[in-house]
Amino acid sequence: MAKKIKAKKQAAKAPAAKNKKPAANNKKPAAKAKIAAARKKPAVKTTASRKSTPKKTRKRSGPSDQTLKELHLKMVRIRCFEEAGGQMMEDGKIPGALHLYVGEEAIAAGVMQHLSNEDQITSTHRGHGHLVAKGGEFKPMFAELLGRSTGYCGGKGGSMHISNLELGMLGANGIVGGGPPIAMGAAFSNKFRKTKNVTISFFGDGASNEGSVHEAANMAALYKLPCIFVCENNGYGEYTSQANHQAIVDVADRAAGYGMPGVIVDGMDVMAVYEAAGEAIERARNGGGPTLLECKTYRYYDHVGMRGMGMSYRTDEEVEAWRKRDAIAGFEQRLIELGVMNRKQVDSIYTRINNEIEEAIAYAFDSPHPEPHELLENVYCEKGA
Amino acid sequence: MSEAKKQEARKIPYVAAIKEGVREVLLEQDNSFVAGEDVAGAGGVFGHYGGLLQEFGPDRVYDTPISEKAIMGLGVGASATGCRPIVDIMFIDFIGECMDEIANQMAKMRYMFGGNATLPVTIITMSGGGLSMAAQHSQCLEAWLAHLPGVKVVCPSNAYDAKGMTIAAARDDNPVFVVFNKASLGMSMEVPEGAYEVPIGKAAICREGSDLTIVAISRMVHEAMAAADQLKDLGLDVEVIDARSVQPFDTETVIKSIKKTHRALIVHEAVKFGGIGGEISAQIQEQAFDYLDAPVMRVGAPFCPVPFSPVLEEIYIPNADTIVAKVKDTLEL
Ligand SMILES: Cc1ncc(C[n+]2csc(CCOP(=O)(O)OP(=O)(O)O)c2C)c(N)n1
Ligand SMILES: [Mg+2]
Repeated sequence: MAKKIKAKKQAAKAPAAKNKKPAANNKKPAAKAKIAAARKKPAVKTTASRKSTPKKTRKRSGPSDQTLKELHLKMVRIRCFEEAGGQMMEDGKIPGALHLYVGEEAIAAGVMQHLSNEDQITSTHRGHGHLVAKGGEFKPMFAELLGRSTGYCGGKGGSMHISNLELGMLGANGIVGGGPPIAMGAAFSNKFRKTKNVTISFFGDGASNEGSVHEAANMAALYKLPCIFVCENNGYGEYTSQANHQAIVDVADRAAGYGMPGVIVDGMDVMAVYEAAGEAIERARNGGGPTLLECKTYRYYDHVGMRGMGMSYRTDEEVEAWRKRDAIAGFEQRLIELGVMNRKQVDSIYTRINNEIEEAIAYAFDSPHPEPHELLENVYCEKGA
Repeated sequence: MSEAKKQEARKIPYVAAIKEGVREVLLEQDNSFVAGEDVAGAGGVFGHYGGLLQEFGPDRVYDTPISEKAIMGLGVGASATGCRPIVDIMFIDFIGECMDEIANQMAKMRYMFGGNATLPVTIITMSGGGLSMAAQHSQCLEAWLAHLPGVKVVCPSNAYDAKGMTIAAARDDNPVFVVFNKASLGMSMEVPEGAYEVPIGKAAICREGSDLTIVAISRMVHEAMAAADQLKDLGLDVEVIDARSVQPFDTETVIKSIKKTHRALIVHEAVKFGGIGGEISAQIQEQAFDYLDAPVMRVGAPFCPVPFSPVLEEIYIPNADTIVAKVKDTLEL
């Protein structure tokens, strides 16, 4: 019972900007209109714990300059990686398909800032950003996208299965909703082995309709597992808008049904994500069980590849409205105002990262393809290994 | 092609033929509808439902949530109660999400209920590799389905069959899986306008020969045809049979052919171990053992997941060369 009350209380923390959740018997068109309206107005309020933009420049409370710089760096690394990779795919240089994370960087950065390599994550088909933020290096990442033997998966996985277990990255996933049950299992393991580690499961608004997500969330809450379910709600599953795939506006509303706190946060505000994730992770590390953290965000490009504008399933105005709230640009502005960095320093970060990317791409292209004998390797491990 | 009304023949690609098949079904059966992920607004991620929403409206063509178990349940429940649904599972790889609905509900309901349920549901899905889509978007899993008494499974290899088998599946009062092949979507051929059926459970002889019968499934039919050309140069006259339907399987046509050619090879893109080829091979040995001049040969994918690396995937997927190599090796040519 206590569990349920707590869940309710947390859910009530959801931003005032969000109207109270529609009753279950809500007429669908009304719910749809509400969702559509919510998507058009991206200005989403965040958790109560988020402070408004600090005015004082020095002697701030909250995260250190170092933390702020790291959050920024993570986001820029993701953005630059994705822009470069996306362009390569469009140029036909990368086999298969890439799902780009551009626009959603604040979520990976804000969450991953709290994690060590011993904390795990499960990712999605849109997984490069999660790996970059978890400490993934450009060289083996580009090599993997090209299917080379120097890639993180030896070229066998590619974009949709990129992973690195040493970094606690349990894989991108080609199966929508594939991650949450695995994350729950990893969180079980963390508890079973008596560690203080947590597992984060990233999944989309579309994925939130998979039964696997509900089963994992229920079990995680039941066993009070150190598992945080981070819903990256970008308003679409492929070409189907949220209004056309679920009758609710806030995925976090479902937290009450699972018996865990549900929190909604502005996914375009890295500090808001950082703080909300910090609370949830802290609670999980201390035995307080799982949280459903919904981040409202947007993907700038198409479901696959780089085309962003002129799509029939969403308007250019909508894309532009979200781009105006770009997490990176907004955060840079804030860092400059706070005196943490100046414009020149910001610019030099891009130069440095783009150089690193150029080098990594060259490295990837110079890398060998897997040898034919590798085809049948790693289906099983050797007995006793 | 005799079953077709020979109206003006036009060449259209496989993907367009699927759409025409579905469209004919929607035109002819008022209680049919299409439901699946991105089938309405987007017209299907492969474009095989393009324009159907516009033509038939939202009461006939539905975008669903990403909820395969519910999609399959929709097909089961709606078909058991008077509808003739066409449900779409985008990639056959996602079938695991809804396998219980298929294996324990759809396939068994009629039997368990003593014949009191009829499930005229059509399931459309895509299989196959060759597009660098890695381990979870490239598989051929028709054998999983064919192992289930109660469902039918067809694998059209060309545009003509794609349309005709879609229509036949939808007219069938049983659950029928129409397993299309992604790498074949752009392959064009002559396809009649209007509705016609390619019967389920009937194989097609694509090329007649006297020395060896190759039974191929889906896209491998084209590789088998190319292999037959190569083998001709080695003095081997090859008959190629397109299985078309794997459940029910047209044993009769195959056995008849083998009694003529005395040699058999089965080729599919699915993993060789536990694939349909093993079943076909066993049937041949049971029914035509005395006619065989050589061991029954099989070509299929090796026992590993589909690799992302294009270099490895190239080795992984059977092709004309691997078929020829197998024949040369077994027959010591
Ligand atoms: C089980 C399964 N069903 C369907 C798909 C096809 N698919 C890939 S991504 C996607 C949309 C996912 O939407 P969402 O979870 O919101 O993530 P987003 O792409 O928006 O990041 C779909 C339907 C899949 N890969 N796996
Ligand atoms: Mg989404």
